[in-house]
Amino acid sequence: MTSAHIEEVMSIVKTGRVLTDESDRFSYSFDGSFGTYLPDAVIQTKNVEELAALVKFANRERIPVYPRGQSTCLSGGPLPVKGGMVFDLSVMNDLLEISEEDLVAVVSPGVLTADIHKAAEKKGLLYPPDPSSSHVSTIGGNMAENSGGPRGLKYGVTKDYVIGLELITPEGEIIKTGGRTVKNVTGYDLTKLIVGSEGTLGIITKAVLRLLPKPPASETVMAVFNNLVDAGSAISKILSAGILPAKMELMDQASIAAVENYEPLGLPVDAEAIILLELDGHPAALKDEVKQAAELCKSVGARDIRIPQNAVERAEVWRARKLVSPAIVRIKPTKISEDATVPRSKIPQMCERLQQIRDKYNVHLVVFGHAGDGNLHPNIICDKSDKEEMNRVEQAVAEIFTAAVELGGTLSGEHGIGTMKAPFMEMELGTVGLDMMKRIKEAWDPNNIMNPGKIFPEPGQKLELS
Amino acid sequence: MSQSLEQLQKEFLYEKTNSCVQCGYCLPVCPTYATMGKETHSPRGRINLVKMVGEGKIKDVSVLEEPLDLCLGCRACETACPTGVEYGSILEAARAALVRRKKFSAPVRLLRKTMFKKVFPSSRMMKLTGNALWLYQKSGIQKVVQSSGIMKKLPYHLGDFEAIAPPAVSPAERKQTPVRVGAKGEKKYTVAFFTGCIMDAMFQRINRLSVLLLAEAGCDVIVVPNQTCCGALHAHSGEMEEARHLAKQNIIAFEKANADFIVNNAGGCGAMLYEYGHLLADDKEWADRAAAFSTKSRDISQVLIACGGMPDLQPRSGERVTYQRSCHMTNVQKVVREPLELLTNVPGIKFVEMEEANMCCGSAGIYNIVHYDESMDILDEKMKHTKATGASTVITTNPGCLLQMKLGIQRENLSGSVRAMHLIEYLAEAAGIS
Ligand SMILES: Cc1cc2nc3c(=O)[nH]c(=O)nc-3n(C[C@H](O)[C@H](O)[C@H](O)COP(=O)(O)OP(=O)(O)OC[C@H]3O[C@@H](n4cnc5c(N)ncnc54)[C@H](O)[C@@H]3O)c2cc1C
Ligand code: SF4
Ligand code: SF4
Repeated sequence: MTSAHIEEVMSIVKTGRVLTDESDRFSYSFDGSFGTYLPDAVIQTKNVEELAALVKFANRERIPVYPRGQSTCLSGGPLPVKGGMVFDLSVMNDLLEISEEDLVAVVSPGVLTADIHKAAEKKGLLYPPDPSSSHVSTIGGNMAENSGGPRGLKYGVTKDYVIGLELITPEGEIIKTGGRTVKNVTGYDLTKLIVGSEGTLGIITKAVLRLLPKPPASETVMAVFNNLVDAGSAISKILSAGILPAKMELMDQASIAAVENYEPLGLPVDAEAIILLELDGHPAALKDEVKQAAELCKSVGARDIRIPQNAVERAEVWRARKLVSPAIVRIKPTKISEDATVPRSKIPQMCERLQQIRDKYNVHLVVFGHAGDGNLHPNIICDKSDKEEMNRVEQAVAEIFTAAVELGGTLSGEHGIGTMKAPFMEMELGTVGLDMMKRIKEAWDPNNIMNPGKIFPEPGQKLELS
Repeated sequence: MSQSLEQLQKEFLYEKTNSCVQCGYCLPVCPTYATMGKETHSPRGRINLVKMVGEGKIKDVSVLEEPLDLCLGCRACETACPTGVEYGSILEAARAALVRRKKFSAPVRLLRKTMFKKVFPSSRMMKLTGNALWLYQKSGIQKVVQSSGIMKKLPYHLGDFEAIAPPAVSPAERKQTPVRVGAKGEKKYTVAFFTGCIMDAMFQRINRLSVLLLAEAGCDVIVVPNQTCCGALHAHSGEMEEARHLAKQNIIAFEKANADFIVNNAGGCGAMLYEYGHLLADDKEWADRAAAFSTKSRDISQVLIACGGMPDLQPRSGERVTYQRSCHMTNVQKVVREPLELLTNVPGIKFVEMEEANMCCGSAGIYNIVHYDESMDILDEKMKHTKATGASTVITTNPGCLLQMKLGIQRENLSGSVRAMHLIEYLAEAAGIS
């Protein structure tokens, strides 16, 4: 951007801040993934009209615009890879209204997801999507990435709860999609198109979210297995028996050991896998389901079943799962967190493929994740200053994606494509499939100013982790 | 000064920034991110700036000055971080590296030198300051000054602080501080008491009460001669050499006492004493002695609880009390349970926890003096939560926090209905000791 551009930006932004110091630009140059890209300016304003005017200006001058929430993205979504302007939307955090009659929440994009959880719960309601970053990530970022979490198994992901949006188009117009009703079949479903579009089709400035009544009770079951494949069978057994847990999480031996090393919680370190279940619903029904789930696990070879008896014990069990991420980075500093997802029935095969990949490339691979919906998190623990190792890691990651797609799955269950997975898009979608997506992008954003460099690979683009 | 990348990496502890995975889990707990509202003033942002220096992407290191200057050093980010990033060490090293490169203007250089090398480390100077404060308050000059409006013209808003300074101790009274007090009843421990420079100059009464309470709880207390300032203010300002020098002086002084514990009553100083081991870890000659010192160092609340708590407290009549934690006590010494236990064991009080109790009050050493406006923004947040508790007494465990909370109470025009006290003063009041 030229200094005349910056001056024009400053004249548009009357109520907020325009940051151009080097320290500020570097502070908006990263996210939770890899790479450093300097924006020319960072804009903070709560005023939708000002933002729209900025986008109009950007569209006229062909300046890239990068929406940003709290930059916890694991796929490079908010990185300003082509310079230009970063819009810090985390400052738009004023609106959080819960309507009990309509069972909706109306929010501005910078509201933290955890604050929506709290506000809904105060009124006996539930906003189900629960990414583990919910206490730091914004609802805007969640919508753009279509984030999910452990509760995805029973309740679905972010897109299943967004029913209306206010959006600034890449040409600087303000539009509304959907509305306040769960049923809405008027025309194309632009709401669903925008949710998950990773900030490439516009800037979300307001959203209407669907809420549910909060289930009255919940119970937790931990099942311990000597064999990872048995654990996989237990998962499909339970689901096909008609039980739908709210959460169903898997930890493999490497993650169990890492957690025990990090903070001893009395986990069985010699077990090959643990499954954690959370069941929710009416207390009377729950009792029965817990019993049934425990018996099913036993029938496929669980060596031990633990049922925590109170809230404190339950929290302790889930703490183990939460600690996996921090625990494994104590082994080596760099964590490549993948979220390749396969159909549930293919979980055992995916586990096998992952073990082969681990051995073939001699990488430190840990598997845990949302087993119930096939959204495994193979994590590779490495050291990004070790070029040779990173080379092997890059190959291993590529092969993980291939395995997932070959088994009928997908590149990403929740973290998005961003810059990290763009090179693999064609593998999953095919040339024509990818081209259809590109055409949508071109129709919405003819000058390619909205979050350019994401989702669609540049010619010759490869996965680079160092 | 040569600036090879390797040297920068070493000086700025680049290695340590690599354990930051940029997850942002530290954002919600950082007071400066909350009040200043940009990533540049977040822990993740600050660590990233250091990382960028280490990667050669930031060439002009002075870019880091403001972001690091405006950090409170409260280290709440360290407690929140899931991957154990050693933010405190990174900050300390980066500040020292910046100070080494910085050309201060002549008056600032002189002020820094006088304060760091002459005033804080010298018990004589600190006593003089304390005496001057007493003279100032007792002689009537204070009244004249206050009515003259000159206070408003002082630099650094020092006038605001003037009004909240505790009643000074007369030179005669100062000399009465006991040097050795025997345990009351059955003796449980022998402890050496750390007086601290500011505590000694301005809060002499709290020191005296501390010694008496320790004795009451069953300790033989020795007030060790030749001790000096803990060095925290130096370390936080990047004056590492001076900090190490003071640490050594204290180690020598306290080794002689051969006590079970080295006890302090100021969260900030306590944290520094707790970290002597780390401060001198690379010094072969001193590492073990420093570690031994730190192992013995305790906050007074820990020792009182170890003695079985305070005996014979008189019941209060349903007084509403809230507690402003000292960041360094919580995040560095990890002393969380004991002060609360002492407080809630006072019979008859109604304890109300404030929202965001773990957030810094904005005092942070001399932060509230040198970054007055930023500090007041943080204090305003704190006061919002303090007021919401409806408490009439705010308890703190650090002199800086105590002054800051007093200032907050004054700014909110609550001086008539709310008081701020050090935990020790409150316990003494409940024990009928004065
Ligand atoms: C430790 C950790 C755990 C995580 N756990 C999960 C998990 O369990 N499930 C999961 O799904 N993800 C998870 N994530 C990934 C990440 O937290 C989510 O993708 C989150 O939704 C990002 O939100 P954000 O506010 O940080 O957005 P950012 O990272 O700032 O941005 C993400 C994307 O959204 C776009 N964007 C942001 N705001 C807007 C807006 N208002 N309008 C249009 N586009 C916008 C950006 O351009 C970017 O493409 C995790 C991340 C970390 C670091
Ligand atoms: S030390 Fe305190 S102010 Fe500084 S970055 Fe950490 S949390 Fe923020
Ligand atoms: S310092 Fe810790 S909590 Fe903060 S971003 Fe880095 S890894 Fe996350």
